[in-house]
Amino acid sequence: MNGEPIVRWDWVARNWANGSPSAISALLGGHVVMAFLPVVLGLAVALPLGLACVRWPRLYQPTAALMNVTYSLPSLVLFSIFLSVTGLTQATVVIPLTFFALAVLIPAVVDGLTSVPEHVRQSAVAMGFRPVRRLLLVELPVAVPVVLAGLRVATVSSISLVSLGALIGQGGLGNLFIDGWQRQFPTPIVVGISLVLLLAVASDGVLVLAQRLLTPWSRARRSA
Amino acid sequence: MNWLSGFFGDPANWSGPDGIPARLLEHLEFSAAAFLIAALIAVPLGMLVGHTGRGALLVVVSANAARALPTLGLLVLVVLLIGVGTVLPVLVPLVVLAVPPILVNTYEGVRGVDPDLRDAAYGMGLRGRQVLLRTSVPVALPLILLGLRLAAIQVVATATVAAFVGLGGLGRFIIDGLATKEYPSVIGGAVLVAALALAVQFAFTAIDRIAVSPGVRARPGRDTEIAR
Repeated sequence: MNGEPIVRWDWVARNWANGSPSAISALLGGHVVMAFLPVVLGLAVALPLGLACVRWPRLYQPTAALMNVTYSLPSLVLFSIFLSVTGLTQATVVIPLTFFALAVLIPAVVDGLTSVPEHVRQSAVAMGFRPVRRLLLVELPVAVPVVLAGLRVATVSSISLVSLGALIGQGGLGNLFIDGWQRQFPTPIVVGISLVLLLAVASDGVLVLAQRLLTPWSRARRSA
Repeated sequence: MNWLSGFFGDPANWSGPDGIPARLLEHLEFSAAAFLIAALIAVPLGMLVGHTGRGALLVVVSANAARALPTLGLLVLVVLLIGVGTVLPVLVPLVVLAVPPILVNTYEGVRGVDPDLRDAAYGMGLRGRQVLLRTSVPVALPLILLGLRLAAIQVVATATVAAFVGLGGLGRFIIDGLATKEYPSVIGGAVLVAALALAVQFAFTAIDRIAVSPGVRARPGRDTEIAR
């Protein structure tokens, strides 16, 4: 690169929010939607499915095997296959990423629920908790650290995988990579990578904070 | 479905430098090269860090960074900065993305070996290196193989994306098909890559069956998956 700076800040300033759909802020917005929607949908499906797998353990083996196979498929492959079903829409990115989120979240929910110590469960029964209240007030809160660990993995991967969607025309910040490559111009690429990393670090931080707020007892125990 | 038969039934897709066999061979060549380089770097390093406990923070940070790094961005940036023409610029990001899963799982595996077991090995008169190679590594093997499997799948996937910056291989069917709106080629390429990824998955399952000692397999194993 003969003298071309890695980042041209004036380009960033001009393209941050210029009202066009390819403005950096617009791409960031689309990226956020396509990255978080799969995680939220995945969690909504993984919770009941994980509960079912704990309740009927025979379900877990086939579910885990299916998720393992899904997880080994490259995301570009799934995007390409869904392209023929859902066309050039955000769903073509969101649906495959939901499967990836599920592949991480179902084991996390199952591990979390099975990590609840037996004496805790029995204490809850002895205190008169009925199954549903016991699940909501005792077992799920105790499972929070394990589930959130899975949620962190799923969120960060989802944020980085969305950018591959740019190859099928729906990639949020990933479009900056295509743009930079086609014009042999590093600035958009560097800006895209930095924003993806920032988004990942920020979301991870929020989830760590959420875990601290949701499990106050773990801090109390440490300081005691 | 008729897209699939259109793609796979076309004899033109089965011969020549851009036929399926040639593209598959290319894909395997790049993937194998990147995978081997990554394994040669990451397995010894992971063993060393797990055995000595030094540099653990580096391993954890590299794993997290690799999960967050967008593959496509890294690929286009590295190739843009180093320059196209040879295969080398494309191999760099492939290796960079394959190292962390191997490194983390090897490290976790060796570190997680029961201290009593290591003490027993030392008690039997083994030296540090012998303890690592004869005790820790066989016990850690399921996790090391898991790391290698995740890395291999990662490499196959990234090599597909690398068609965008001019690498050959099966990704060409997808990327070129998208560019020219020939969807049978896109779907056909996707099916081929999916088959390759599943083949890698099953190959590693088979290696796991053969290589892991029955005594180790009997113990309930932990799964430290890290994402691609």
